[in-house]
Amino acid sequence: MFPFCFEWKWDPDHFIFLGFLYLVLIIVGTGLGVAFLKTAAQVLGFMRERHFDH
Amino acid sequence: MQPFDVALFPENAKRCSLKLFIAWTIPWVVLLLWGLVSAVLCLWKGLNQTNMTDYFAFALWIVFDLAVIALGAGAFFTGFLTYIIGKKELKDIINAAVLIGFICYSGAVAMLGIDIGQPLRGWFIFWHVNVHSMLAEVSFCITAYLIVLLIEYIPIILENRQIQRVRELKYFGNNLHEIMAMFAATGTFLSFFHQGSLGGLFGVMYARPFDFRGGFYVWPWTFFLFVLSAIAAGPCFTILCTKLTEFISRKKLVPDRAVQTLAKISAGLTCLYVGLKIIDTLVWAYKLTPKAGLTLMDYYREGPYGIWLLIAEIGICGVLPAILLIIPKVREHNGWLVVACLLNCTGIVLNRFVFTVVSLAIPVMPFDRFVSYWPTWQEWGIALALVGYGFLLFSLSYRYLPLFPKERELNP
Repeated sequence: MFPFCFEWKWDPDHFIFLGFLYLVLIIVGTGLGVAFLKTAAQVLGFMRERHFDH
Repeated sequence: MQPFDVALFPENAKRCSLKLFIAWTIPWVVLLLWGLVSAVLCLWKGLNQTNMTDYFAFALWIVFDLAVIALGAGAFFTGFLTYIIGKKELKDIINAAVLIGFICYSGAVAMLGIDIGQPLRGWFIFWHVNVHSMLAEVSFCITAYLIVLLIEYIPIILENRQIQRVRELKYFGNNLHEIMAMFAATGTFLSFFHQGSLGGLFGVMYARPFDFRGGFYVWPWTFFLFVLSAIAAGPCFTILCTKLTEFISRKKLVPDRAVQTLAKISAGLTCLYVGLKIIDTLVWAYKLTPKAGLTLMDYYREGPYGIWLLIAEIGICGVLPAILLIIPKVREHNGWLVVACLLNCTGIVLNRFVFTVVSLAIPVMPFDRFVSYWPTWQEWGIALALVGYGFLLFSLSYRYLPLFPKERELNP
């Protein structure tokens, strides 16, 4: 549900509940985006590959 | 002779022949096929294929869901301990924990897809959400956490020897690994709330004295007990799965230090959980139940679900594993550790069964009667398909992915 939907209400309940959901999705999306961009930069030679110790 | 698929194995890892592996997968594939037939029947003909009624709207699938979600808590909790608290030794078991969590959550979500009857309308819970519903919060958190688990599992897949040859995928896996702490923290947040809300949704049912509990602010005590029981039993389930893999593969796969760290933490948490659960049960039995005009034995007056369930859950599968796990000498003994973990996990499954099925069996109206429930073969099929899926995915991952990073070192 987005704020422009007719069911949305500008009350704390909707704000907190859906706010946290979108916060989580933004964090996860940003993380994935950063990994994609770094990979692209490394493949294209703009960034050096890092050796990661598992 | 080398197995046919040796090129896909982790470096220098020894695996059985492909024929033997295929033979091992047959029972799990059969379970999956049984589940598939059952799922097709349920989706095609409807939920009349089950023994669920107006009494038992929550049944076997929800018991399985709650149980595997609790047992899969080892993933988020081990991730939390490894990446946030900094228990480095747990890096030797984290891959297995993530995979177990992924199996549990993806299986649970797939099962829920059948359980809701009309999966095409599954998105309604996200779009037309009731923000006061704990079940809505659970749905949000479980879906989001499944995405997080998938992101945590992808780098393990990308570590396959052949995939590592593809430069782009190798880099992507490494880059995901680098920010894993962020995903682990997100997973911890999501898991805390959905594990809790799964308990909370029972605790707020004022009309069902069997479930209703007092609490703190909007959260009943069951909210905190469900979180605590999940983080106490989840690591035990991870230990059980690794011990089973070690037994079947006849190899040592995880250093004792990692297993003992998990077992020790689980021991402390199990003791705390059992202590609080006993207090909760006493308050429920001697304060809340009389307040509702009932006595404890009224819940167990008739029907197949007797007081033995309470004794089995809190005594045999609660106090006993807590005592076994807290004694270092016992914990360090392989056999006893497995027994204690098995009892602990059984206790959590019993707890979820009691809250789901037993609570619905007890009458709440004067004209109600005690009812019992037995699942149909279609319900068993879908539930057991989760077991088949779990064994299959774990077996494939063990064969082709470096699930246990110390395997080579421990088996020179």
